[in-house]
Amino acid sequence: MELPKIEQRHKDLLEKLCNAAGVSGHEDEVRKIVLAELKGKHLNVRTDALGSVIATPKQRDASKPLVMLDAHMDEVGFMLVSDDGDGLYSFELVGGIDPRSLPGKQVLVGNDKVPGVIGAKPIHLTTADERAGKLSVESLKIDVGTKGKNIQPGDRAVFATKLMYVEDNIFAKAIDDRIGVAILLQMMELEFPNIQLAYSFSVQEEIGLRGAKVAAQSIDPDFAIAIDATPAYDHPSPDGSIENSYYNTKIGLGPAIYTYDGSTLNDPRLVTLFKRVGEEEKITYQLRQPGGGGTNGGSIHRANGGVPTISISVPHRYTHTAILLSKLTDWESSVRLLAAGLSKMSYELTKQPRP
Amino acid sequence: MKQLVKSLTEKFAPSGFESPVREFIEAETKGLFDEMRVDALGNLILLKKAAKGAGQPKKIMVAAHMDEIGVIATHIEKDGFVRFAPIGGVYPRNLPGSRVRFVNGTRGVIGVEEMKPGDAVSIEKCYIDVGVLSDAGHPVCIGDVAGFDREFSEVGGKWVAKAMDDRIGVAIAIQVMRAVKDSANDIYFVFTTQEEVGTRGAETSAYSVDPDLGIALDVTGWGDTPNQKGLSIKLGAGPAIKIKDAGMISDPRVVKWMISAAEAEEMPYQREVLLGGTTDARAIQLARSGVPVGVVSIPCRYVHSASEMIDPIDVENAVKLVTRLVSLPVHL
Repeated sequence: MELPKIEQRHKDLLEKLCNAAGVSGHEDEVRKIVLAELKGKHLNVRTDALGSVIATPKQRDASKPLVMLDAHMDEVGFMLVSDDGDGLYSFELVGGIDPRSLPGKQVLVGNDKVPGVIGAKPIHLTTADERAGKLSVESLKIDVGTKGKNIQPGDRAVFATKLMYVEDNIFAKAIDDRIGVAILLQMMELEFPNIQLAYSFSVQEEIGLRGAKVAAQSIDPDFAIAIDATPAYDHPSPDGSIENSYYNTKIGLGPAIYTYDGSTLNDPRLVTLFKRVGEEEKITYQLRQPGGGGTNGGSIHRANGGVPTISISVPHRYTHTAILLSKLTDWESSVRLLAAGLSKMSYELTKQPRP
Repeated sequence: MKQLVKSLTEKFAPSGFESPVREFIEAETKGLFDEMRVDALGNLILLKKAAKGAGQPKKIMVAAHMDEIGVIATHIEKDGFVRFAPIGGVYPRNLPGSRVRFVNGTRGVIGVEEMKPGDAVSIEKCYIDVGVLSDAGHPVCIGDVAGFDREFSEVGGKWVAKAMDDRIGVAIAIQVMRAVKDSANDIYFVFTTQEEVGTRGAETSAYSVDPDLGIALDVTGWGDTPNQKGLSIKLGAGPAIKIKDAGMISDPRVVKWMISAAEAEEMPYQREVLLGGTTDARAIQLARSGVPVGVVSIPCRYVHSASEMIDPIDVENAVKLVTRLVSLPVHL
């Protein structure tokens, strides 16, 4: 097959997706974009009880394996917990955010997207001890300036960052995992005569892989691939002397194939397949460093009687902050690797013994 | 039995790479089961059907996990040293000086960066030295998995090996398969995968077996060495019947049933309340709409080290106990 490319329309779509608000549990804006993209596609489309969008084949053909592609729609963010008066709100974190990254960041609050800022004590007034210690969420406020806006405790807030394309760089919030959502939508443009595809645009990944769990139980696929975004901490070692051995992934080196993380031992047969197509098609790829962390693969592979599952992620720097940096080249290599791998999948794989 | 345990413990099968153990069990249990399948996560499911005319047999799932703890390569340094992450509950203090063997056969020694007095060993400071000088043409690739390398040995009548957790459970299950003649129950012997990373194999196999009753066979901790506190379990004082661990409370009816069986066999047994850790029984208990479960544990010293020690007398008694449990009609 001819491997896909990232065209302008894909870039426009990713921009729309990244700029949309979709804090875990409140993915509406992203879901609307996804549902609009699914219009007219030859698929059964439904929104499940948790809010994930599930698209399955109109007619199941049992001679072909059903492959589930998953990407999560939700992003990390904030939930207001109390109105402290004068436009100030206490908040809690939704998903894994480092409070040290927050002071001074612009946010959009509630359904009206009220602009605000995350405020902290100024440096002039902090002591050396305070600056050396941990920054607690309780010491921060979301500040919308004036009282009386249409916002209340329970509302979510998101980072206000707008996507920028600069040369082959993508700077945006929520690349984790809107880039996965964009990749799934692009796969729908392709033909795979060897398999049938089911798509899950999952909710609530950032708070414990919840949407994908029930999505996988209802789809009950033969194989699954979780498409996500993964951190790269590929800076030089701080002291320059010791090799940086803990980087997770590096940007510019292509999609990261997972072998092992905190949630999943990826099916070795799928790992071998994707490495092989990467070599054959000369697609740049890397192996994500084994270790902690996890993707929706963690709940999918344990669904029902078990699902052979792999995660493939697009690397980016500055995970779960207001602005992430990813590479167009890595995005394109990811869609190419995924398309090439999907075109080689068959029931034969399950007949191979697991190592 | 000793030969069986030696063969089993000397196989390398870190979580997710259980095939050497699976193939060995398949060969060892030929003719002892009526149906066999390997599921998507690599669990080996062997059904031994109830004797003809057994009335309404119950489905009993007996789980023993095939996998062992290990390590996985995360980075190959320019000068050939391999950085790694743990698979399962690896204690950093046990690492320096350990030897490992990768699934591809490469052997290595674990070293640790120079430490100051009082520093604790951390996995990040450890590396595997496979004896090569550069990353070019390196025999190990990111994602390659290794187990700890140590031979089985007999020490003062006790058996010592790596991966006694849980090859001893596997060995007991195999012996029970041999011992059971006419059972009143459909017995699913499930040799599970990925227990050490979160009882994952038991989760999917329990879903597909859908048992009426579950029994896990696994090791438990010990309290009979100097300054070892918190657990009253002794080696040689009988198999332990689990009341509770950190992840599960055994069904009280199952506990009672197990204790009555041990008493009927006039064998020693111990009551186990384990404060940390859990077993496949947790995953079985939570399958579908819930399953009554219990655990027969083998007291084991130095769990999750390369020298896990058990007493063969406990093993013999466990075989007797489990054989009785799965053979006779069950009325909880």
